Amino acid sequence: MSELRFEGLTVRYGATTAVDDVSLTVPEGQIVGLVGESGSGKSTLARAAVGLAPIESGRILLDGRPVPTTGRRRPLQMVFQDPYSSLDPRMSIGESVAEAMPRGASRLERRAEVERLLELVHLDPARAAARPAELSGGQRQRVALARALAGRPQVVIADEITSALDVSIQGAVLNLVRELQAELGLSMLFISHNLAVVRYVATHVAVMRDGRIVEQGTTAQVLAEPEHVYTRELLAAVPGTNSRSPR
Amino acid sequence: MQRWKGVIRTPVGLAATLLTGAVLVLAVVAPIIWSDDADAIDTSNILAGPSADHWAGTDNLGRDIFYRTLVATRLSVELALAATAIAVVVGLILGTASFLLGRRSGKLVNAGVNIAVAFPGILLALFFAVIFGVGATGAVLAIGLAGAPSMGRLTRTLVASVSARDFVDAARVAGVGRMRILLRHVLPNISEPLVVNATIGAGGALLSFAGLSFLGLGVQQPSYDWGRLLFDGIGSIYVNPAAALAPGAAVIVAGLAFNLFGESVAKALGVGVIGGIRLPSTAAAVATAAPAEESHASTDDVVLDVRDLEVVFPGPAGPIRPVRGISFAVRRGEAVGVVGESGSGKSLTALAVSRLVGDPGRVDASCLELLGTDLRTADTKAQRQLLGTSLAMVFQDPMTSFNPTRRMGSQLAEVARHHQGMDRRSALARAVDRMRAVRITEPERRAHQYPHEFSGGMRQRAMIGMGLMGSPALIIADEPTTALDVTVQQQVLDLLAAIRAADDVALVLISHDVTVVGEVCDRVLVMYAGRIVEDLPATELATGARHPYTRALVAAVPAMDTDLDEPLAVIPGRPVDPADVPEGCAYAARCPLASARCLTEDPALETDVAGRRVACWHAGEPVAIEIEDREIDELEEVEAS
Repeated sequence: MSELRFEGLTVRYGATTAVDDVSLTVPEGQIVGLVGESGSGKSTLARAAVGLAPIESGRILLDGRPVPTTGRRRPLQMVFQDPYSSLDPRMSIGESVAEAMPRGASRLERRAEVERLLELVHLDPARAAARPAELSGGQRQRVALARALAGRPQVVIADEITSALDVSIQGAVLNLVRELQAELGLSMLFISHNLAVVRYVATHVAVMRDGRIVEQGTTAQVLAEPEHVYTRELLAAVPGTNSRSPR
Repeated sequence: MQRWKGVIRTPVGLAATLLTGAVLVLAVVAPIIWSDDADAIDTSNILAGPSADHWAGTDNLGRDIFYRTLVATRLSVELALAATAIAVVVGLILGTASFLLGRRSGKLVNAGVNIAVAFPGILLALFFAVIFGVGATGAVLAIGLAGAPSMGRLTRTLVASVSARDFVDAARVAGVGRMRILLRHVLPNISEPLVVNATIGAGGALLSFAGLSFLGLGVQQPSYDWGRLLFDGIGSIYVNPAAALAPGAAVIVAGLAFNLFGESVAKALGVGVIGGIRLPSTAAAVATAAPAEESHASTDDVVLDVRDLEVVFPGPAGPIRPVRGISFAVRRGEAVGVVGESGSGKSLTALAVSRLVGDPGRVDASCLELLGTDLRTADTKAQRQLLGTSLAMVFQDPMTSFNPTRRMGSQLAEVARHHQGMDRRSALARAVDRMRAVRITEPERRAHQYPHEFSGGMRQRAMIGMGLMGSPALIIADEPTTALDVTVQQQVLDLLAAIRAADDVALVLISHDVTVVGEVCDRVLVMYAGRIVEDLPATELATGARHPYTRALVAAVPAMDTDLDEPLAVIPGRPVDPADVPEGCAYAARCPLASARCLTEDPALETDVAGRRVACWHAGEPVAIEIEDREIDELEEVEAS
């Protein structure tokens, strides 16, 4: 695993600046939580890192070298928000995972690797031939994680991976993220609008608003002593932290 | 496969399939069987009318026109299919060009296609016919190429819709090449609509061929297709009408067969929907206007009384019951939360109460009363008036609840005009006033804006404002904040609480988020598999819940004080499919407390002295929430298989 660093990154769509001069570091083997409301640019930042959004200026470095966003070898992998849309309905989950593997492996090696990855995300390897439609949302999201890991990534970007899931399943996916981080020493950029979720998985947190990072630091520090007014607003808005019931 | 069978379920589909099959069979066998009859020259009997020997008469060489029409099926169909093949192949190349070439070159191709589409097809065909020369080959190329632009445009639209989906992005991120993405991900997912349109295109090509041959630009003597026969027969139409009518009828029958077959397939496959699962969307709004008639108000303070509510949908294997007999009452000013996973029936309950369950769904209840008025009776004006005046609905996605082409102010005002008979001016004034009440800044200016100019949170507030056009007794809010950011969520929840406190309005808040419900509501109903499994005060949610499902739901959500060293509690397995509710307690398969009794007997919802209700054989028993992930998966496998 490696260190991912954004240096003065700016992304523009036409006249709107989605990401504005953002510098952010995902240290080796750590999970960095990125919070902010919709439209704050956090997803665009993620998409820029994997080459799905055009970079206006700035750099994205992996261990000091620019991240390749073309060609077969992709050291950055991404898990998408909606597991109902991120898996091809026509492909078996095994094929989806195998597709993301580096080329050159034999058929047998591929199958073994698919089994290993499915096992890693706690899915029965015997179900590699199943179509996404046969799986629950949580299981699909685990397939998506397995696919991201299949590319032997150095850093994984998780974009709101639990927000499309039922709360009962969300817990299992979060547990898995923490477990993978501990087992594989995964570096991860974990994007979420839910502060409680970020607090649970991330060691560092960055708060984004209007395309800029307004505050960053270790999770404990930012949540205990928020400096920026917007961070405080976010914290106050977490449900369950105050009671509004009038009687 | 199942879906393809749907094609022959309808009478039209069956007829079209049989007809298409018959045309194709005829195309194969007719020349083999009747070639000799069709080519037999009988100079003693030229240009004869229909007779027992020659059903459609004879041509100027005394050949039997009926047999010639049958034999011509092969050439006509062959040419049509060849032209369609050309149209599809060229169309695919044009349509996928922008995906493969990238934006700039793609734009150029698209512009070319757009211009080509603008030309009338027959004009293009004539143009190409001139280039390629008169004859069958020229005509095939002409009609094929003339059909290519529209096929290309269809392909491009389909490709664009599929390539916007995450799995295409995921493949890109994985380093899969464009060509491979196109072949493996995009084309398989658009194949159905393409096949359907190609079939319909074949019908069109058949007609075009008849047209070209009829103009003398198509098939030349001595070969003949239907168009050629038509061309030959038209000259003697006053002598022997059948000579022209027979091939004409053949063209109509075959053309209809292809078109209807294509349409039936399209209908059966639901083409237009591209892969994946579509959740049924419910976007309708009941809004309120005038205050409820005092005569409706019941003596006690129950606003909504629901007993034994059931919602039934017909299913392929018997009726499906997503809501299975639930009872609850909401008192004036009370806030009741309904929580549960997706598929637990919580939203359908709300829709049933507001009479928004449409066909083919059916709502049954032994009692369904809003302010003492029975809602089970037929849809009358008085009832609509009551729903319109006393009940406000707030939906998850306010964007789909507003008409995007009308100004917000007039949409709100319409409610008052419709239900209260207010005039335009005072209705609009009321709308502005209500927008101010839901804390929309500059309501006068905002009233003249369109829904897209509102942010998500503001739209949701406007939706609530719409419900407040009168003074409702009950607000039903179905996941009102799920689509909103946390800070905005807080504002909307605050607003709902304030309205409730100010006017003593009852609130039913439906949410999958236990923390939100626990914060806003007095009482919480927990739903599972279409039943209420627990009914308890919100204050007891965290510590006093007795149903293992409620406890698991609460423990599964990370809060700001969750222990970071422990894994989160998870609920193994997956929610119950309403079409397949197991015997006994529906939650038994996922429940750590489940015993043999749970698997056979469904526990009833028992009320205790404090008025709390719970449906569980093991209510309140201690439960080890933590379960190994491995086990979960095995359970999930069992569930899925």
